[in-house]
Order: sequence, then structure tokens, then C-alpha cells
Amino acid sequence: MCGIIGFIDRTKSRMDGSSIKAALSLMNERGSGDGAGYAAYGIYPEYADYYALHVFFDNLGEPKKKVDELLQQLGEIVHQEEIPTTPQLGIKKVHIPWRYFFKPSEDLMSGKAASEKDVVTYIVMEVNANVKGATIFSSGKNMGVFKASGWPEDVANFYRIEDYKGYIWLGHNRYPTNSPGWWGGAHPFNLLNWSVVHNGEITSYGTNQRYVEGYGYKCTALTDTEVVAYLFDLLGRQHELSYETVVKALAPPFWDDIDRMSAKEAELNKAVRLTYGSALMNGPFAIVVGTENGIVGFTDRIKLRPLVVGENGNRLYISSEEAAIRVLDPKVKNVYTPRAGEPIIGRFIE
Amino acid sequence: MKTVKIDARGMHYTPLNQKIRAAIADGAEEIILDNVLGQRFIGDGLRGNVRIIVNGVPGGDLGIFMSGPTCIVHGNAEHAPGNTMDKGMLVIHGSAGDAVAHSMRGGKVFIKNNIGYRGGIHMKQYEVEARPILVVGGTAHSFLGEYMAGGMVLVLGIGKDKAMTDRGIGSGIHGGEIIIRGDVDDYLLGTGAKKFKFTESDLERITPIIKSFCEQFGYDAAEFLDTNYTKIGPVSSRPFASKYVWE
Repeated sequence: MCGIIGFIDRTKSRMDGSSIKAALSLMNERGSGDGAGYAAYGIYPEYADYYALHVFFDNLGEPKKKVDELLQQLGEIVHQEEIPTTPQLGIKKVHIPWRYFFKPSEDLMSGKAASEKDVVTYIVMEVNANVKGATIFSSGKNMGVFKASGWPEDVANFYRIEDYKGYIWLGHNRYPTNSPGWWGGAHPFNLLNWSVVHNGEITSYGTNQRYVEGYGYKCTALTDTEVVAYLFDLLGRQHELSYETVVKALAPPFWDDIDRMSAKEAELNKAVRLTYGSALMNGPFAIVVGTENGIVGFTDRIKLRPLVVGENGNRLYISSEEAAIRVLDPKVKNVYTPRAGEPIIGRFIE
Repeated sequence: MKTVKIDARGMHYTPLNQKIRAAIADGAEEIILDNVLGQRFIGDGLRGNVRIIVNGVPGGDLGIFMSGPTCIVHGNAEHAPGNTMDKGMLVIHGSAGDAVAHSMRGGKVFIKNNIGYRGGIHMKQYEVEARPILVVGGTAHSFLGEYMAGGMVLVLGIGKDKAMTDRGIGSGIHGGEIIIRGDVDDYLLGTGAKKFKFTESDLERITPIIKSFCEQFGYDAAEFLDTNYTKIGPVSSRPFASKYVWE
């Protein structure tokens, strides 16, 4: 049991983090104080062209030296600093959160690493798998993840979340049931501009993990949700599937539902199921994903976790509980519970 | 009638339920809760005949273990209102989340609009008078009446072309009945569920329930008093005996 929330303003009008903290805290019953986190998009306009790498360092000695070296070798660090924090009684600062604003070198863009994003993905996998004492937990542009072990209010106050203004916000209140509670295991899980908050379990984790690892992703966070971020990156970025089709691959209709579809629709759905059988996610889940272009919410195929949607003008809200949405927006309209596997997508208006 | 008002704004459910209990102990017959937002377990285990008015959106498990009181919600409800409720009535002037009337053992839950997945899951009944009833004005998502062992679920489909379009109705049902306004496509039935003819005597049986529901929400009961319903029940009293028993 966890609590999740997602918010987008489709016109990119930004909101500070104080109300998302209040909304998430309303669902404290869904957490256990072992992890909470936020993702905010639109927070670094002054560095919008650079990848914001958020890193947990165990110390600023050897681990940081190694990360610095790797980054300098593969590109340019235009700015770096410790992420500002305020001590909280409820949070033991076991890691030092650091951020780099980084641009991969264009000389590297050839062959396998054909784009900046491939280089950044390589750096994240390399550091997380091989640099002891360092974890890159956020690597997108003009966005950042802020997470730790603790309750939602404490984590928000620790990172001074009200100082950031974003047009997409994700929040997660963790109740770890089958994996350890540690800073890197808190949600959101991120790679590039994909960020994932998740309530439930990915029972098919083993299959999904083997599948993404075949494409070079490395699962190092000791918990299941991480693989969802890599699945979105693989299917959504590398394979260029639409968000709707990614959701169709991860939480597909049942075979007998496909049998009742029109021939054309059935053919597409069969092709997706056959091609992406190893990406299919089993188990109970409700998920919201933050992306470059908006947010995507969906649940498992038999709806074993709650998800509520609400709208108000240019704003779309997705959460575990309606009350949390009403904290963000007391005048929210069109509140409803989507169907199992139904993608709920909020995109920016051009 | 002695009425007590409680402003629930920003209050956690524990002090809120303590205040409700204190008001009842003090002789309150009606309790009005204003600015309710997400507080769980409202009315937990209450007995007697008190009337609770909830203004706002209460949290999950509204009326859990409740035995007697009436609770009227002006707003939507979250997951599992009526969870293991024994007696009394919940009236929701809105929609509700998943697992409405979860394991309910008696009393009535009336939902004006729609409900989420697994409405009426594990509903059960012990005697004729302890027979739980869930009525949904709109429609329900999949697995309505899942593992149902007793009681009744009624879906009226008000404002809908078809009352039910989601699958798995009565999945694993082994007691009780699910009554749906109009026809139900065969493929919507869950494993272990079967359609039965809805008869005049069935109508006679559900007439008081329909009247009571319509009275709460201001509908004209006459519109619903015909035999255009589908009754769904278990294929047998032990549909899964062969799965668990080797003889």
C-alpha cells in the first residue's frame, strides 16, 4: 500500500511544491515513514539545456571523485552544488544529495551512443552499477527528483520543496512491503525525463528485469518499480511507441477481449502482445509516469490498486485518493475512476 | 432532536471518531460533520440509531463495522464504504471507489452514481433479517459481487444505455444475488455465475428496496417497477468444490 499523486498544468503554468506536500500528507495512512519523494518538471529554467543529475553520495571523497571524472570525460559540467536541505528530526541524512548540470560531449555521438540521451543513460547505469557510494537518482532536463527515507512532510521540508516551481509534480508516499526502505528505493524512480511513482508490486519483475537488461539497462535500486522507468525509456524513447501503446504493452487487454475487437484493432493488440510479451507487467499496480510531454497514469489489468482522476481547466490530477486531489484543488471537476489498463494521459498544449 | 455539529477541517480520523462517540454518549441524535476530507473509518463500529451527515468526501472504510446508524454523505466516497457493516444505512449522494460494501453482513448501502471495481466483494448473510443490500444508481466496474456469499446487489444503470458493460460479474459467487436493470451480455458474467429469469415474485421482493432507494435520491420508483431485470446467481452452492476438495 502506497499513496501516489500526479499533477500537470497543460499550459506549463508552474505551481510550487507546498500543495503537493499537503496532498501527499493527507494520504499518510498509505505510508510507513520509510520513504517519500517528489518529482518536479520545469524547476531549472536557467539550466534547461543541461541534464540535471541528482546524486546520492555516501561521502564527497572517492565516490564523488569517480563521478566527476566520468562526467568530465564524457562531457561538460556547467555547474554543481549540494542540493540545499534543511535538517529534519524525522530524517537521518545518510547520503549527501548533490546536483550537477551536465552536457554530454557531441564528439561521443556516434555508433551505439547516437544521442545525448544514450550517453546520459550510459552514465546513470555505469555509476549506479559500478561506483560504490554514488547513486544517480534523477537525470532529466529541467526537472528533478527529491526523495529520501521518511514521511512526506519531512522529505518535503528536508528538500525545501516549496522553493521549487513545476508544471508537472509527482508525489509518492512509500509503504515498503517486500524490499528494503532506503533513499534510493524511495519513489519516484527516474531515468532521463521519465519518472515513475507506483503503488503495488510488479510481480513479473524478474521477467521484466531480464528483458530490459538485454538492452543494457541495469537494475540496481533493490526494488521493482525501477524497471518501469526503463520499460518506458525502452518502449517510449528507443522504440518510439506512443504513450497509449506503451500502456497497451505493459497492461494489455486479455486475449478474449482482443477476440471481441474489430479485425484491425485485434491485429494491433495481438502484435503488441506478441512483440512485448516480456514487457507485460503482472501484479497489482497503480502508476503515474512523468514524461517530457506530460503525465501518464494507468493500473494493472484487473485493477488491484486504486486510481482516481480529476480535471479542472488546464489541470489534470491523478491520485490514489480523491481527497488528495481535493487538497490540491477543492473545485476539481470530472472526478472518476478509470478502467483497468486504461491510459490517462495529460499532454502540454502547444 | 438533539443535533451536534463538528468541523472536521484538518482533523485526523482518530480525534474525529472520538468526538462522534462523545457526542453520541452525550445524547446526540444527529451529528453533522462539515469539511470532511479523506478521514477514514468514520462511524467505525457505531451502534444505535444516530444519524450522521457527512459534508465532504470521507476517506476509506466509511461505516466499517457499523451496526445501526444511518450515514448520509453529500459528496463522493473512497474505497470500501460499508466494509463489514452489520446494520444501518449508508447513503452516498455521489460515486464511490473500489470494494464498496466489502464483506458487508447486513444493512443497506445506497450509491447514487457509480462504483469502482469489486463492489459487493465477499458480501454474506446469516439470517433473513441480516441480509446486506447494495444498490447502485449508475453502473459498476468489473468483478461486481466477486466471491459473494449472500445478500443482494442491485444496479439500476440510471442514465446509461446498458446498466453494466464491465466484465467479471459475480466472479466466484457462491451465494446471494446480483440484479441488473435490463439485459446483461453473457460474456460479462464471471466464472461460477449464471443468469436466472427475473420473475414477478422477484419484483415483489425488491420493490421495497427500490422504493427506499428512490426516496433517498428523489427518483420516481414507478419507473423501475417492472420485470426488465437480469438476475445473476451462483451456478451451484459450491461452484468451486472440485478445485479445493479431492474425494
